[in-house]
Amino acid sequence: MPKKPMSFTLNDAETGVFVEEGQNLLEALRRGAGDLSPKFGCGQGTCGACTVLIDGAPHLSCLTLAEAAASRRVETTGGLAAGPELHPLQTAFMEGFAAQCGFCTGGMLMVAKALLAENPRPTREEVIEAISGNLCRCTGYGPIVDAILTAAARMQGRAA
Amino acid sequence: MTTVQTFASLAEASAAQGAIMGGGTLLMRQVNEAPHTVPGLIRITDPGLSRVSASGDRIEIGAGVTMRQVMDHPDLAAFAPVARAIGGPALRNMATVGGNLFAPHPYGDFTVGLLAAGAQVVWADGRREELEDFLRGRVSAQGILATVSVVRTRPEQLRFRKVSRTRPKGVSVMSIAARLDGTGSSASSARIAFGAMGPTPLRARAAEVALQGVRLDTDGVGPACAACLEDLSPADDALASAWYRAQVAPIYLRRCLLGES
Ligand SMILES: Cc1cc2nc3c(=O)[nH]c(=O)nc-3n(C[C@H](O)[C@H](O)[C@H](O)COP(=O)(O)OP(=O)(O)OC[C@H]3O[C@@H](n4cnc5c(N)ncnc54)[C@H](O)[C@@H]3O)c2cc1C
Ligand code: FES
Ligand code: FES
Repeated sequence: MPKKPMSFTLNDAETGVFVEEGQNLLEALRRGAGDLSPKFGCGQGTCGACTVLIDGAPHLSCLTLAEAAASRRVETTGGLAAGPELHPLQTAFMEGFAAQCGFCTGGMLMVAKALLAENPRPTREEVIEAISGNLCRCTGYGPIVDAILTAAARMQGRAA
Repeated sequence: MTTVQTFASLAEASAAQGAIMGGGTLLMRQVNEAPHTVPGLIRITDPGLSRVSASGDRIEIGAGVTMRQVMDHPDLAAFAPVARAIGGPALRNMATVGGNLFAPHPYGDFTVGLLAAGAQVVWADGRREELEDFLRGRVSAQGILATVSVVRTRPEQLRFRKVSRTRPKGVSVMSIAARLDGTGSSASSARIAFGAMGPTPLRARAAEVALQGVRLDTDGVGPACAACLEDLSPADDALASAWYRAQVAPIYLRRCLLGES
């Protein structure tokens, strides 16, 4: 099967992959670029585990045609930490036990990152709305919402 | 295997064979699950498709405009609550107005809002038809939808209610939109549309007639609510039975019309 070359920015690095016809971005990231941080949960848009940011906005990578991401800026959880420094969202998730099995965590972190970039002081309801497309079977969501609020406060230098 | 053709303009894409791709939230599902059922995808990057423009008393919404764009556009404030009711934030960054017009039961919540507001669809070849006529023929429709043209609507004119089992996200048991004109306390005219209550979003014409000139209170809207099922044909699905849908439709219509919680 012929493959098409495609280049895009993955977590600030110029990246090139070959994509198959009709391939989705999740597969291109995992198989082509070797970034295993976005997860395959359903392939149907239902779980949100594959959520990545494209030009800063959350997208379901399993439903995004890979070649539609050409020349665009793709961000995954794999790019959140700066070397050994975790992102404040990651630290808050870790400290608040907001990840148990961790399967949903990559998607949760990405929608949270997009939320805080747009709205640095979200209310609890706004956080719930932001993660409403992401399923978690472990935590009951409470610790995730708390962790996002904690990270938001810390990023602003406020007490949570 | 699914081949993908990308076109920079509507005109170039017109002759191509394949499924027109909007945000792909339905089409890519199908490609992931059964690629042989989608032999060709047509991707159109024409910026005109994702434009919103106002002309006179109408607003033209490009078929490629996303739910998120609708929520952010000042001229579309009346439709923001409708767009916000669709999926989660990531889905809304992808799902388009054009794709919603073709979305099968139980989807199509945005189309319900458009139907109540009085919309026309405009095809890439210039053909224009009433949304209701389009919906009647959509299973066999051919061509590329270019824009949806909607009558300018103020937020207070359009009432919308989505009934779902999980909140804030969840697929519709039904959705209801009503455009009411008149003074605050009574309706001189109304357009009412239901989603997930038939094969496509449908207008509840008997209810519209029964609502003319009545006071917008529980007694006033009672006959209209009782009449809403005349134009609807609910079906059983995994979310609710036809019986249940028929039982609750009048109640949710009342709540929608009166803004009850
Ligand atoms: C998790 C999830 C939740 C969802 N929740 C909702 C919901 O709450 N409410 C709701 O209404 N829907 C929902 N949907 C369904 C869907 O996302 C929306 O209906 C969306 O608006 C479809 O638009 P799209 O651009 O993604 O369509 P696509 O998948 O791109 O296309 C859908 C159909 O429309 C045709 N089409 C698209 N654009 C054009 C055009 N310009 N000209 C001609 N044909 C065209 C395609 O060929 C295809 O047949 C959900 C889907 C998922 C995966
Ligand atoms: S894998 Fe993409 S939403 Fe579940
Ligand atoms: S931590 Fe297991 S699914 Fe969320």
